[in-house]
Parts: sequence; structure tokens; C-alpha cells
Amino acid sequence: MNLTLRIWRQSDPTDKGRMVTYPVDDVSPDMSFLEMLDVLNERLILAGEEPVAFDHDCREGICGACGMMINGNAHGPQRGTTACQLHMRQFSDGETIDIEPWRARAFPVIKDLVVNRGAFDKIVAAGGYITAPTGSAPEAHSTPVAKANADAAFESAACIGCGACVAACPNGSGMLFTAAKVTQLSLLPQGQPERYTRVIGMVDAHDEAGFGGCTNAGECTVVCPKGIPLNTIGRLNGDYLKATAKRGDTPGT
Amino acid sequence: MHRLAQVSVEIIDQCVAQGVPFAREYGGLLDTRSFGGAQVQRTFYARGQTGQQLLLGAYQALERQIGLGNVEMNSRHEMLELVIVDGKARGIVVRDLVTGEISTEMADAVVLASGGYGNVFYLSTNAKGCNVTATWRAHRKGAYFANPCYTQIHPTCIPVSGDHQSKLTLMSESLRNDGRVWVPKAEGDDRSPKDIPEDERDYYLERIYPSFGNLVPRDIASRAAKAVCDQGRGVGPTKLGVYLDFADAINRLGRQAIEAKYGNLFEMYERITGEDPYEVPMRIYPAVHYTMGGLWVDYDLQSTIPGLFVIGEANFSDHGANRLGASALMQGLADGYFVLPSTLANYLASGPLEKVDASHPEAVAARADVEDRIGRLLAVNGDRTVDSFHRELGQIMWEHCGMERSEAGLRKAIDEIRALRDQFWQRVRVSGDGEGLNQSLEKAGRVADFFELAELMCIDALHREESCGGHFRAEHQTPDGEAQRDDERFAYVAAWEYTGTGEPSVLHKEDLKFEYVHPSQRSYK
Repeated sequence: MNLTLRIWRQSDPTDKGRMVTYPVDDVSPDMSFLEMLDVLNERLILAGEEPVAFDHDCREGICGACGMMINGNAHGPQRGTTACQLHMRQFSDGETIDIEPWRARAFPVIKDLVVNRGAFDKIVAAGGYITAPTGSAPEAHSTPVAKANADAAFESAACIGCGACVAACPNGSGMLFTAAKVTQLSLLPQGQPERYTRVIGMVDAHDEAGFGGCTNAGECTVVCPKGIPLNTIGRLNGDYLKATAKRGDTPGT
Repeated sequence: MHRLAQVSVEIIDQCVAQGVPFAREYGGLLDTRSFGGAQVQRTFYARGQTGQQLLLGAYQALERQIGLGNVEMNSRHEMLELVIVDGKARGIVVRDLVTGEISTEMADAVVLASGGYGNVFYLSTNAKGCNVTATWRAHRKGAYFANPCYTQIHPTCIPVSGDHQSKLTLMSESLRNDGRVWVPKAEGDDRSPKDIPEDERDYYLERIYPSFGNLVPRDIASRAAKAVCDQGRGVGPTKLGVYLDFADAINRLGRQAIEAKYGNLFEMYERITGEDPYEVPMRIYPAVHYTMGGLWVDYDLQSTIPGLFVIGEANFSDHGANRLGASALMQGLADGYFVLPSTLANYLASGPLEKVDASHPEAVAARADVEDRIGRLLAVNGDRTVDSFHRELGQIMWEHCGMERSEAGLRKAIDEIRALRDQFWQRVRVSGDGEGLNQSLEKAGRVADFFELAELMCIDALHREESCGGHFRAEHQTPDGEAQRDDERFAYVAAWEYTGTGEPSVLHKEDLKFEYVHPSQRSYK
């Protein structure tokens, strides 16, 4: 396959950035999208040009590092697939492909396709955990968990923090990411003691980090490579409402 | 091992308390399943992503400490040198991967948790960022490197599809619980799998190892796959693959049950190969997955450099020559949650240590070494990319220091590695400069260290004239092709001391004493 790539090039955070066109020939349909970029980069290096910077690590769809906009879609055209798992057989010979970084205020561009997703860490640090000091855990079997709840918690825990939800959202909101963690932990008995402080802490950190508000556009769940359902946001809103009511009930805490 | 067995129970309690969503039975208790090398169901799991979920649990606990202000996180930083003052590890030199700034961090002790070195083979199931640099830099500063040749080749990975291949994807070993491994009985049988009748299929693991069947340990399953492919019975376009067939399990348990257990893995397979494993048997082939070797540590997880502690895959402990399923997670979590907090505190209590800062001559020298090295990598400005060298190094290692090793092959590999390393320093082209984000510079430094490690791996494999676990020497096998141990001569840990560039490494032996269970020829038949 022969392709034309139009790639966002930006040398550093202060650079204005621009789309640059590169032809790439002899692309095999069995290549992954990132392997196709590897081929381009090898050629650029030998031609004395700067290779395209992009984040990647596991290349098997579980680390969340490799996000990019491909033809305007987060992670590209295939549903439920990260960019590293996307293979070139999804494209056709002669196609022009636009490749851009995540565009969101909370994810500033570092270089080319690399963005800083550190804002997600801040949301987790503000409550996306269960306080369980090491060595103090009770015997795991002392608290049974209904299978249905364990399975539903697992579904939300599958989030890899890639940021596609933010990139796809017209508001640049990180609500699906936040809701996935809130949902996982609030479905488990171990997560109950901190359930309401958690949701307030995480939503506050989310807003402070520069993410936009959620208006239930639903774009996030469509592009989510792990299929995190939109109803997690409903659950988050329910918990948030109860949490603010509780906070109102007990002034001073 | 005794301690690991003791604390491993607490690991599950700890992770459940953190909210790791382990699989549950209908009664609400934790579910277990069987895994390679075990004949009973005793492994806790979270669908096909147990490791990922345990990692997220630890990540959340770490973020909590960051939020509380107890930990400062420097992401996108890479350790490039160890600082030793008065014989003790007292700091590291790091490069900020975003700004390119080199800085020195001083401390009372240093803990390395930098993982294994499987990427020396270029193609492996490791994440692309995994590298040996942190441990190799410590090795060059005096920490012994133990059993470097012990590498684990995992039997259930998606086969290589072409030269562009950048990494290999592991299909969780749990698949072997329900999948049956087979190849055609006849050589060069090109028929599609569904056209090959039952009596023309060779379920070779079930045939050769009737009691363990498809659940034999990883090294045996891997070598058996290589053997049938060497006989010309491999499947798929490259003929380097065997079938992992779920048809029986789907008939027996129903498609839904298989989906619930392995849905995400099946999906991952389809993304990569374009084939639907519910309809067509999966194709799998072995790939490098884990490295049992690593920096030598004592019972306190301290290396031969006082104050340098090494945990998880980065050290050599616990797994001997062959790791069994699920035990890397067990070791990593045991080391980090339960062992290190006690032993590190004990070391610190032996202080106080002399106050040092980044202006100490040793720290200044370490930093100068790092800057010099980066300068040299950028100055070559040759005509070959870093990846092209890495790929070639990986081929040498896979060919001669992979699933089967021989004296002649290893000697050849050592010569080839040395020649290629010389070429690297004359012909590599690293684009850009030391300022800012430069991914080809990062890779170049890591590949330079892989070259040195690769040579030591071959030297270690050459000196160990026996077969054991993941180390299989062609000259040392039983009449039916199984690993032939030599405990008279080799019942020891081989810990290598670095003595300088171009100088031969010095071998130190730590004898293995078996008080309760004595090593014997394994039999999985």
C-alpha cells in the first residue's frame, strides 16, 4: 500500500505547530499503525530529518500511552481499539491519513504527537484509591463480593487512562475516566468508607486540572478502546449528588 | 522461597483491600484457576489482565502517597548512572526526557525496580520502553549480575508476521487451560485447519506429556513448539507457529463461557491477525517474555553495593532457571510491599550516613560520564539507525542464545556481538541533539547497554555446561530430548563481576544448598 500522511509537527510546547505531508510507500496491511510510523521514522532519520515523536510502550493495548487522533477519530477508525492495535488493513491503498495529537486544554502538547497526560494522575491522587496501609489488610475472604458487583467493577477497572475520552469530548472533559474509577471503587465493599469523599475529591481535581464539564455528549464512550459505558457517569453523578448533600448536612466537615 | 510463600498470602489480602477486582465465584469468594506448571487450581486472577489490575492497584496506592505529599514523582525521567560514595550507593544521575536536562539526585539509599532485560532480543513481549540501562549501569559500578543467561521464552504469543514487526504480543497463558495445542501430523500440510480431520492432527503436548498435557511448564511447551516447527510441521504463512484450538472448549462450555473467560484476549488476537479465534484456531509461537537473571541480591534484597537494593524482575532471586506462571507478580509485590520496607529500614538504621550533595567529586564525575556518553552517541552521525542495530542484535541473540544454545553457536554469537558493537559506535545515526525530547537518543543509550549485556549473557550460557529450566544446551539433553542437569558441577548461582571495558568478567559462585527438597530430573509425563 502507498499512503500519504499528514502529521502534526510541533518542536516543543511553545512552537505553533503545523501539518506536514509525508508519502509512505510499501506499507504492509499486517503492520500496526505504529509500525507504519516506525517505517516513516527510519526513513526520516536516514534522510537527516527529525523523526516524528509519539508515545508508545506496551504496544498491546493495555498501557494507554499511544493515543493519537487518526483522521479526526481518537485511536482511529476501528471501534474498541488503541492506536497500537490498529492495523493497516483498516486502510486502503492511496489513502491520505491525518495524524494529530490529543487536543485538550488539560493535555498540553510536549512535542509532535506526545502530550502530557499528568492531569489524570492528579485526579487519581485526589481520591482514586482505597486507603489500605500495607500489612493492615483483613483476610480477603472475610468480605464476600457479589459476583455481579465484582464483574461490573471489573468492567470499569479496564480503563487504561489513555485519554481518548478527553480528546473526543467537545468540552475536553475527563468525566468518563473519573467515573470509571469512581464506579469501580464504589461497587466494592472495600470502597464504601471513602465513597463520598472520593467522588468530591476527584471531581474537584478534575475541574482544577483544566478539564471541561460533561454535557452527556457521549463521544467518550464511542471512542473508548475498553468500552467503558456511559452509565458510569450517571453513577458518578448520583454519588456526587449524595456526597454534596451529605456535606451540606454536616456543616464544617 | 520460604519467605515468599509466607508473605504471598498477604499479597492477595492487600490487593483485595485496595480494590483490585479479582474474579469471584457466585458465593462471593475469590475464584481460582489452574496455570502452567501446576496440576491444581490455585491461582487468583482478574480475567486475562491480572498483572494490569495489580499494577493499577499499586499505582493508586502510590498516587495516594503523592497526594499526601509523601512521595515526589518524576515521570519521564531516566536513570543513566549510579553515584557511589565511599563504597555505598548514594544517588543517581538522571536525564529529564522532556527538557534533556541532566541532574543528580542524592540519597541515603537507592532502590532499583526497573524490570527485566528481555528487549535485548529486540522482539519480546516486554513493553518497548523496557531496558537494562539502570541495572547495567549499576553492574558497571560493581553490582554483580547473576545468571544473565536464564531467560524465559513464553509459549503462547502471536507469531511474527514480517520484518516490520516491532514487538510480540503475549496471549495469556491462561488460554492453555481450555485451548488444545496441535499441528498437522504430516510435514508441509497446507490445508486450512478446519479441513484437517481429527486423526491427522497431532496434539503433541497431550501425546508426549499425558499427565500435564497442555499445561506443561513454559520452557517445555516452547521447546516442543520449536521442535514440531523444525520438523516442518509448523502452521501459518511463516510456518513458525502452532495451533491453539478452542473448538472443543466452545463445544463443551459454550461460546458465552469462553467469551467471559477470554473475551479480551480473543479480541486482541483478532485485531492483530485479522482472524476470528472463535472460528479459526489461534496460531501461537514462543517469544521472549521474562528474564530470571538480574542483579545479585542477598536476603535483604541488597546488591553487592551497600545501599543499592534491587526488587522485582530487576534482581535474580526466587525463580531459579525457570519462572512458573503468576510468580513474577507474586515476587514483585512481595519484594515491594512486604520485604523491602523492613530491610531498607534496617539499612538506614545502621546510619547515620555522611551528608553528601551533588557537588561531591563522585557525583560530579558520574554526571560528567553521562554527558560524555550522550555527546559520543550524538557525534557518530553515521548511516544506520539505532533500530536497525537493535534488530540485528536481537536476531543474533534469538538464533544462538534463545530456546536452544550450543557451544559453537554461542562462540559465534560473541564474535558477532563484538563486531556489531564496534559498528554501532562507528555507524549509528542519532538525530537531533541532547536538548528536549529526543526518542532516538533514548533508544541509542539503551541499545549501547544491551550490546554489553548480550555478550555477558552468551558468556554465562557458554560456561553453564548443563541444561536447566530456560537454559537448554543442545549438548546436554537426555535421550528423549529433555533438559539434562548437572548438579555435581553447576548447582550454583553464577554472579558476574564487571572489571572494566574489554576486560573479562570475573565469575563468583554462590552454592545452592537444598535442605528439604532435592533437585532431580523433572518429569511432566
